[in-house]
Amino acid sequence: MTAEASVSGTSPDKKISRIGDPRGGSATRGGDKIFHALCLSAAMVLMGALAGLLISLVIGGWPALSHFGLAFFTSSTWDPVADNYGAAGPIAGTLITAFIAMLLAMPLAIGVAVFLVEFCPKRLAYYIGLAVELLAGIPSIVYGMWGLFVLAPWFAMHIQMPLMLAVVPGSLLDRIFAGVPNGANIFTASLILAIMVLPYIATVFRELLLSVPPHVREAAYGMGATPFEVVRSIMLPYIRRSAIGAVMLGLGRALGETMAVTFIIGNSHAFPKSLFDSGSTLASTIANEFTEATGDMHISALIALGLVLFLITFAALAAARLLLGRAEVVA
Amino acid sequence: MSRHSQRKVVNGIFVALTSLATAIAVGALILILISLVLNGLGGFDWHVFTLDQPPPGELGGLRNALVGSLLLCGAAMVIAVVLGLLAGTYLAEYGDNNKLAATVRFLNDVLLSAPSILIGLFVYEVLVRPFHGFSALAGAVALAFLATPVVTRTTEDILRLQSNALREAGMALGANRGLVIRSIIWRASATGLMTGGLLGFARISGETAPLLFTSLGNPFLSLSLTHPIAALPTTIFQFALSAYDDWRRLAWVGALIIAIAVLTANIIGRALARGSVPK
Repeated sequence: MTAEASVSGTSPDKKISRIGDPRGGSATRGGDKIFHALCLSAAMVLMGALAGLLISLVIGGWPALSHFGLAFFTSSTWDPVADNYGAAGPIAGTLITAFIAMLLAMPLAIGVAVFLVEFCPKRLAYYIGLAVELLAGIPSIVYGMWGLFVLAPWFAMHIQMPLMLAVVPGSLLDRIFAGVPNGANIFTASLILAIMVLPYIATVFRELLLSVPPHVREAAYGMGATPFEVVRSIMLPYIRRSAIGAVMLGLGRALGETMAVTFIIGNSHAFPKSLFDSGSTLASTIANEFTEATGDMHISALIALGLVLFLITFAALAAARLLLGRAEVVA
Repeated sequence: MSRHSQRKVVNGIFVALTSLATAIAVGALILILISLVLNGLGGFDWHVFTLDQPPPGELGGLRNALVGSLLLCGAAMVIAVVLGLLAGTYLAEYGDNNKLAATVRFLNDVLLSAPSILIGLFVYEVLVRPFHGFSALAGAVALAFLATPVVTRTTEDILRLQSNALREAGMALGANRGLVIRSIIWRASATGLMTGGLLGFARISGETAPLLFTSLGNPFLSLSLTHPIAALPTTIFQFALSAYDDWRRLAWVGALIIAIAVLTANIIGRALARGSVPK
């Protein structure tokens, strides 16, 4: 380590170190100033990264935001040829896909967590838990390929087509299910997103359920409650606050997911009109167009999309962390 | 139906539903792995590792992308391990009852799940646009920003597991705090710290979005840090969305390679973490 090399020559202080709380207290007292400074500056770099991220997005997106004003958020025209940009389509696409994904993932995640904590044999729980965490480890580009080449064709053939044929033409359902039957649409994108955020929510939920004091659970069981009643009336209320945090964490992930969605959402900038319509999200639009953008205004508009995405995800993630406190979540 | 049996039925349905949810989650993992193996294994031969990416219709492999990915991840991990180890040490050893540390901890947790494409935009603004060119260095920096929060967080968690008695014993021998941390606490936590590195590596090795407009991609083998460089995920992205069957075949092979690498790093990392918790 470079840090080690630079300070390894220092001998222990001549003065006898005063021992206070060895972890807390002033760093200079009996400490090693250079090492402390190094650690502090590394922490500052991290903080600077987030600040720099925000500043660079504001500077980069400003030309587009100031030029289009409020219309940038309300217009759904995205026309690189006429240099006219409105983000309503991608913003709606982002919110809708994330919302549907959460709707699908939340019950599944709660189910997985409850099963692992309450019903599953210990040894098996370790392996299932590992499998669920591996689901989180699969790179999003792999999800994207799987979605495009495996899920989309199957979905179009076995779900979308039968549904579209079954509904009465002109009815409300007909309008909801309208779209090109190729499987690349808002709904399949949400489905992929749901699978991707499921492990994050499930893992946090599991930790939360395990944090319920055993005597509370056992008291409920002792009164003759069934496992269902214990989970519904004792455990879920106990973790309510942190549970919302877990959901927000998943939401933050779903909002910012890029590659998998880019593969499967169909990439149209129009405001999505139905569940099976093609659409786009903030992240997928940036990924698709950034390297091909030629005009300065086009680049600026894409960075402005990034700023919007930053603000939305930051709000979700900050809320998640505040509600969760320090629950164990790495990755 | 009596009240009692009704409650039993409701509970039975509940158990069935939670089992079903678990089956769906595990089933999704199995389905994805099966289609990866089915589609990827067929295209596996030694050309994948010895030839660069081909023009459509010709024989080729993924050598340039594999080398590029290794270079990018290697450079990124060097930055991330140094930064993350120091920042994590700051949070664990110097960061109690300290507003600044609490802020850093919070922002690090946010960075941990921040959309990776935004990191790409940031690095583009800072390292690509001012120098008028995409480069491997920019790609490595972008990946480093993604891996550092993981390393920081794991480092802090691992160091906090060490008992205060260990720190006090070191100080009683006359060592100052820096020395205690470096030669006692770090050494005692070595396995756990490696976990942080592995999880960080697992996080970035499949990342595509931040590389799209930092390292860009390169059809030829390159080892230069100042030129665009190919990476496995970006090559997969390009090949998978192409209209050529042989390119798509290579994309599946690449996806299989990445998945194996990431899952292996994850499994080893978690096994190490399990073994490193002091009793």
